[in-house]
Amino acid sequence: MKSVYPKCASGIVVFIALIFASPLQGQESPYVVTYDHYLEEPGNLDIEYFSTFGTQRAGNDFHAFWVEFEYGVKAWWTTEVYVEGQTTFGESTLFTGYRWENRVRPLKREHLINPILYFEYERRSGADKILKEVEGRDVEADFLTPNALARKEHNHEVELKLILSSTVRAWNFSENFVAAKNLANAPWEFGYALGASHPLGMKASAARCNLCRENFSAGLEMFGGLGDRHSFGLKDTSQYLAPAVAWNLPSGWTLRFSPAFGLNDNSHRLLLRWGVSREISSFGEMLGRFFGGR
Amino acid sequence: MSPISVTVALLLASLAVTQQDTSFADKYSREAGVYAELAKAPEKTRSKRNPFENDSQAIAAGQNLFARHCSECHGNTAEGSKRAPSLRAEEVQNAAPGAIFWILTNGVVRRGMPVWSKLPASQRWQLVSFIKSLGTPSTSLLD
Repeated sequence: MKSVYPKCASGIVVFIALIFASPLQGQESPYVVTYDHYLEEPGNLDIEYFSTFGTQRAGNDFHAFWVEFEYGVKAWWTTEVYVEGQTTFGESTLFTGYRWENRVRPLKREHLINPILYFEYERRSGADKILKEVEGRDVEADFLTPNALARKEHNHEVELKLILSSTVRAWNFSENFVAAKNLANAPWEFGYALGASHPLGMKASAARCNLCRENFSAGLEMFGGLGDRHSFGLKDTSQYLAPAVAWNLPSGWTLRFSPAFGLNDNSHRLLLRWGVSREISSFGEMLGRFFGGR
Repeated sequence: MSPISVTVALLLASLAVTQQDTSFADKYSREAGVYAELAKAPEKTRSKRNPFENDSQAIAAGQNLFARHCSECHGNTAEGSKRAPSLRAEEVQNAAPGAIFWILTNGVVRRGMPVWSKLPASQRWQLVSFIKSLGTPSTSLLD
């Protein structure tokens, strides 16, 4: 019962927000793992659902999923909460934990390289399979532990990222450097994510349309582990390469699709990732009015 | 504490921060600050010509972009709101197109205006075309 409650509650929040709020079209990047330097517009709430189907050698394939609530507190500060779970075929479906992340933009203006500082706290079980990032020596074999055992392991982790992102001639290039520490006296682990993307159309159309080229953007992500404090490097890590596409609909919805391919024997052969999101304008004001504010 | 309680508590805390600074005095001082940013555009950018000058299609496209990305803060007719200043004000309408383009590219991040460089330059210029087509309230009345 405990694992069902948060999912139901999140579902209700999402449902109410989608019904009563006015949609807004964001211009979302196609990345699933990589962050660029664009933060949520202040006062807006972006609700995202992501799903990852993963193949598993010598074990059962899995379907991991998460819901993100991304809120623009200020133009320079975005805060985000994730609730996540997974189904391992032939085993069970589990709620696997939550994360709270913050992204802060330290510079006032656009530069050739724009840094964003990222801080995240995670509380998740050992059965977590969402692969939102790869750190240290996370490998495919880690996922062989049965859910019944893995769920008993509880991790408290902090994660820091330095996000560097540039937009040049409509091309976005993003580099994320990840440092994560399990608070249970484990060494710092490192990882990275790189991304490049480009919109398919440069000019906007005079008429509103769903299939116009400017509503699509495509890109490529590469991500993987970089070892830990004791042995930094690519040895015994998993690595992935993932083409990605995003479709920003004028109705306010964004769809993303991205297959990720494992680049070595430590990686899952295939991760099929897709997501749907909707940005809700003036969510802060809406909630303020709801509670009797100005 | 259950995850969902943490989620709600954190979101409410963030909302409380956002709901600050909504008095009229704050609003006008913020507007003045945002308009003042136009003057900070470097001369090189300010003197750039809009490649879509006198292009009615660009104005229509800019109107679409405005509805998608800007109207939530600046109002449906760009008259301004509690969250962002009017774009029909003389400060904006008299500004060089390049200065408006510069603001779109760089935002006024500390005063709530996000960076819009994620829109390709062509789309930012289409937005400039639309904004410049609005005119000030007095010229709109004459129309």
